[in-house]
Parts: sequence; structure tokens; C-alpha cells
Amino acid sequence: MAVTEKDIQESKKVYKEKYGFADPEQAIYKAPKGLDPERVIEISQMKNEPEWMLNFRLKSLEIFNKKPVPKWGADLDKIPFEDLSYFVRTTEKQGTTWEDVPEYIKDTFDKLGIPEAERKFLAGVSAQYESEVVYHSIQKDLEAKGVIFLSTEEGLEQHPELFRQYFGTVIPSADNKFAAMNGAFWSGGSFVYVPPGVQVTIPLQAYFRINAEQMGQFERTLIIVDEGAYVHYVEGCTAPVYSTDSFHSGVIEIIVQKNARCRYTTIQNWSTNVYNLVTQRSAVYEGGVMEWVDANLGSNITMKYPSVYLMEPGAKGDILSIAYAGDGQVLDAGGKAIHVAPNTSSKIISKSISQHGGRTSFRGLLKIYKGAERSKSAMRCDALILDQESRSDTYPTIEIEEEQVNLGHEAVVSRIGEDQLFYLMSRGLSESEAAGMIVSGFIEPIVKELPMEYAVEMNRLIQLQMDKAVG
Amino acid sequence: MATEQPFFLIDDLHVEIEENEILQGVDLSVKRGEIHAIMGPNGSGKSTLAHTLMGHPSYEATAGQVLFNGEDILERDPNDRAKLGIFLAFQYPLAIPGVSTLNFLRTSLKAVKQEEISARQFRKHLLDKMDLLKISREFAGRYLNDGFSGGEKKRMEILQMAVLEPELAVLDEIDSGLDIDAIRAVGEGISSIMHPEMSIVIITHYPRILHYVKPDYVHIMVDGKIRQSGGFELAEELEAKGYDVLLKEVMQASS
Ligand SMILES: Nc1ncnc2c1ncn2[C@@H]1O[C@H](COP(=O)(O)OP(=O)(O)OP(=O)(O)O)[C@@H](O)[C@H]1O
Ligand SMILES: [Mg+2]
Repeated sequence: MAVTEKDIQESKKVYKEKYGFADPEQAIYKAPKGLDPERVIEISQMKNEPEWMLNFRLKSLEIFNKKPVPKWGADLDKIPFEDLSYFVRTTEKQGTTWEDVPEYIKDTFDKLGIPEAERKFLAGVSAQYESEVVYHSIQKDLEAKGVIFLSTEEGLEQHPELFRQYFGTVIPSADNKFAAMNGAFWSGGSFVYVPPGVQVTIPLQAYFRINAEQMGQFERTLIIVDEGAYVHYVEGCTAPVYSTDSFHSGVIEIIVQKNARCRYTTIQNWSTNVYNLVTQRSAVYEGGVMEWVDANLGSNITMKYPSVYLMEPGAKGDILSIAYAGDGQVLDAGGKAIHVAPNTSSKIISKSISQHGGRTSFRGLLKIYKGAERSKSAMRCDALILDQESRSDTYPTIEIEEEQVNLGHEAVVSRIGEDQLFYLMSRGLSESEAAGMIVSGFIEPIVKELPMEYAVEMNRLIQLQMDKAVG
Repeated sequence: MATEQPFFLIDDLHVEIEENEILQGVDLSVKRGEIHAIMGPNGSGKSTLAHTLMGHPSYEATAGQVLFNGEDILERDPNDRAKLGIFLAFQYPLAIPGVSTLNFLRTSLKAVKQEEISARQFRKHLLDKMDLLKISREFAGRYLNDGFSGGEKKRMEILQMAVLEPELAVLDEIDSGLDIDAIRAVGEGISSIMHPEMSIVIITHYPRILHYVKPDYVHIMVDGKIRQSGGFELAEELEAKGYDVLLKEVMQASS
């Protein structure tokens, strides 16, 4: 398949028009660049935090400074830590109606289709612009049932005990350098609590927008699904196209209590000047189910491995991921399943596509501790490489301390064949339509897990990335 | 039934694959409404001809021309040829996992006809054709050719032809791998789709299918060239004698 520089530029242009537009910066506060403890204190003060949180932040910064930049994955040496602004505030107060949101920010979210999606098929929305949530809403009946859906700051303020009981318990700052960085600078994200037995049948969505140039966004999300409850949380994200790099490092902690179920869906569509290093992990208790559906299409570099810690008997975790890497992109993704208790089961299924010189890597970890007998796990990764310039690698790690377990592992790397393209072209499809159809079929097993609106969006985004002339 | 206009003409076609000349000057003239059968031993170049007619990028036409409605199509991409009304039923159809037969064919029909067609309208069109060909409707929702048996794949090729309504269909061994009942089903299916404005080039090893899709002409290809042409009786003669004997007779007659 001959892809010209022009095609690549064209597809970047489409991103720029649809998602990559920028508003003139109108921050009411933008922290000076750099990683000083002073910055951390300032953020904490601006948010009126209790002392324990300030201490947590300062401790996290210490850990961040001590830990080296990881060397085992994508090349992170070029991250311009000293040139980033770590906190940008755009408004004094969060809106609960879109009228409360500054006009230009509301326009941005309008263009991205968020209020429309909210009206049509969402139970609640949280919209973050730069460092903070500027809007959030939840359906009244859910609120009446005790469902909490707030920005993380509000969660800390309004539910201090519940918050403190769980915050930092699933992902301590010492976990990795970027979790520590998030611990120090966190701002925004969601706090979700679903009371026992409550089923939130339509999704809650959070949307993350970076607008400023050279900025660091550190959303921090904490989701607690109490016994027998259910929630589906969806996050999306985009940013303008700049020639300088921005940075996004989220931490997402999820607690799935006995017989509860949580699904967390990500559609990551950052512009290709964003470093995206996210730690997301769930602790799952007796009979609980955690499902990560993780689609990564954008960013310059992504490193992201949603994890499940299966803590009690019968806990189950599924991690489904899709990664697309185009020109200049490195998508290093996968998942981790840690079996601590007997009769637990996990599934890690990954599909990756690389094109125009992009590179995908699958990293999967399966760990079964002694005592987690009769556990089951299946790990599977399929990579599709669309041209000679692109590349895909797989790095599975399997550590088993228990004998009575049931394991499956499979990895398949394939290239789109000339004959397959020819077959579809003989039925009237252009070469790029043919490739698009093969790719959408390839990801279908995961896309069909998404709610219909997101499935449509997902296919559209991938086609958009692949080639402009589709559809 | 055949009108006078020779709308499909292959003239002295030479084709190379990786610098080996496979086709060494093929001539064929097909009028509207005609059915031509091409027979020939394994490796004689029948599929090469079929692929070249559809525009497979690995097959390089080094000389000659292929005229469709008076226009040389050799430089055209496969999808353009499909839009012109040419269809190839593959000897080995490919699977497209994750894409339902229904979605695939709707996309395909829109591309070929270059017009919108509503989901509902298309569904009816497809189901009508499935019923006509006695193909279970369940196949509409299955991923195209994914896990299909050899015979099922062949029947899906005919379904695709029925849906896309080409003017010229090249059927490459549509009958191979089919059981006797399936040959009848496919044969009857093809003849139910056939109409006076449509032409068929059917490549086969066996006369059985030709009882359902009755050819006006039978051609025998050997070593990249059509060596003998005749009527339906040539197919039967071939079955009785085999290539060796038949070709020796041909050689003697021509020398
Ligand atoms: N891609 C290719 N590369 C090299 N040689 C090829 C290729 N495709 C076909 N050939 C050769 O071209 C010759 C003709 O092959 P072709 O498939 O056209 O035969 P055929 O008449 O269709 O045979 P069959 O009856 O077995 O289907 C064979 O010798 C084959 O090996
Ligand atoms: Mg053949």
C-alpha cells in the first residue's frame, strides 16, 4: 500500500479540524513551569485541602524525584519535565448547568459533541478543561439513590471519610514514577460511589480536554462500586495539535466490592504531541467483576496497562484493549492480571494496528500467587501491521506459583495481505476502504463490547486515522 | 439471444508473474448474453487470466489488450473494473473476519453502483437474493467467509454476484469442492441470475456444471493459450477422452 506523505498530512489535518482546534488561552491562573515543592503547596492551597492531602502530595513528589525514568518501554527521555505547567485553572467554580461554564469552554465541548451526548445517552457527565472539572451533572434519580458523581476535589471535600478510606490504597504513589507524579500534582478527575445494589445502567462519562500548550494534566479518579452494584464509566480525551509536547498522567483507582461489577471504557484520542502515561488499576473482591475496555488511538507515546487485582474468591477481571499507532506514534499497551485468591479468572485480549511507521507493543502480565488455586486466565494479543514501515512487538510475562491453574496464551501477528485487499477491491472498494474494512473487522470483537454510540465513534475515529479518503 | 455487439474482447493478452510469462497470447471475444466456458489442465493459466481480468496487482500484462465496451481496462484498478460491471467469483474466496456478510455487501453495492442505499432497502434486496439462491438467511449476519465450508464460500460468491448484478461475471471454478446437490444448487442459481444482457465466462474442470449453465462456446486452454474452441460437445468430448488424447488430435489436425 503506497501511503504518501500527503496522505499522512491530510489525516492529521482532519484531526486538527475536528478535535485539534485550540482556544486562545484564558487561564485565570497558570502555575509557573517546573516541579518545585512550592508548586505543590500552591495547588493544595488553591484547592483548600486538608493537611493530610498536602502531606500526601509532598511525599509523592519526593518519591517522584527519587525514581528513575523507566527504561523498559517507550523512550521517555525527551519528556520536557521542566518546561511544563503543572496546574492551569480556567474558572473559579464548577458548573452544574452548561450556562455556568465560561462561554468559550462551553463552545469547545459543544464542538466535541459532549452536551449532545449527555442529552441522548448518558446518565451523567464530567467535563475537565485543563487541570480542573468545569462542569458536571448526574441524573436526579441516581442522585436520589445515593450515587455520587463529583470531581475528585469535591469528593474529598464533601465525603472526606469515604474518600480517605480508599484514596491511594489501590495505587500508592510508590507504585511507579508517574503515579508519584500524579500523587504530587493531581487535579481533577472523578469521584464515583455507587451504593450497594444500585445499578447505573446507562454510562457516566468524563471528558478530558487539554487546551494550553506545554501543559501537564493529572487527573485522579477514584471509583467505589459497593456490594452488588453496577456502573459503566466512560472517558474520552482530545487536545489541540501543537508543535510542543504536553503531558497527561492519570491515576485511576477502582474498588469493586463483593458481587459488584464495574466497566471502565477509555477512548483515548489525544493529539500526537501528548505523552500519555496512565496507571489504572482495580481491586476486585469476592465474586466481583471488573472490565476494562481500553482504546488508544492518539498521543505521541502511550504507556498504559489497565490492571486487575483479584483479591477474593470468584473475582473476575477482563481487560480488552485496542491500540492504533500511526506516523511517529508509539503505543505501548496491554494489561495485567494478578490472581491473589482461589477460583479467580481473568482475560487479557489485545488488538493492535500499526501503520505509516507507527509502532505498537503489547505488554501483558499474568501473575498467579501461591494459594490462588483453580484460577483461570487467558491472554491473547493480535497485531495487524498495515505496511512495511510499521512495527509491532509482544512482551508477555507469566509468573505462576500455583499448579492447579488453567492458562491460555496466544499471540498472532499478521499483515494485511495483497490478496485480501484485492478481494475487497474486486467488489468495488478503494484500497483505503478495503484496508479500513479489514481493520474494522479486526477490532470488531472489542468494538462490539462498546455501547452503540461509542462503537460507531470508534470505527469512525480509526478510519479517520487510517486515511482521509474513506466513506 | 446474443446481440451483435462484441462488448468484451481479449486480444493477444500476454501476462507475466514475477517475470515468468504465464499467458502467451490469449484471444477471446464475448458478446452480450453469451456464456463461454474455459477448461484446461491444472496450471494452464485459467486463474491467471481471471485475476488479470479483474486487475490483480501481481499480474502484469506485458502485451495485448482487454476491451470492455470498447475501452481498454488493463490500466484500471480492480474497484474501477467492478464499477464498470465486471465481477470475479474467486476460486479461493478470502475471509474477512469481523465484517458481516450484510455490511460487506451493502458497502460493496454502494461502491459499485455509486449511490446510497438505505439499510432497510438493502436488507430486502439481500434477503430476496438469498431466498432466490436458497441460502439460509442466517449467513447475512455471519462474518464474511469466516469459518465457512468450501462449498458455502462458493455459494456466497454466487450470492455476491446476484447482489451486485454485474454485466460480465468471470466464475473461476465455482463448482470445485461442491457436492453433487450443491453443484445443482449453484448451477441453477447462476442460471436464475443470468439474463440476456449479462455475459458469463465460466472456468471449470467438469462438464457437470455446464448442464445448468449451458455455454455457447467451450474453450480449451493449455500452457497459457486457448488451443481449441467449440460448442458444448467439446466439453463432453474432453470428458470422454481427457486432455492428452484430445490435444493430440488437435495437434494432428492442425499440423
Ligand atoms: N503468484 C504466482 N507466482 C508464481 N507463479 C504463479 C503465481 N500464480 C500462478 N503461478 C503459476 O502460473 C501458472 C498458472 O497458474 P493458474 O493458477 O493460472 O492455473 P490454473 O489454470 O488456474 O490451474 P488450476 O486448474 O489448478 O486452478 C502455474 O504454473 C502457477 O504455478
Ligand atoms: Mg485456477
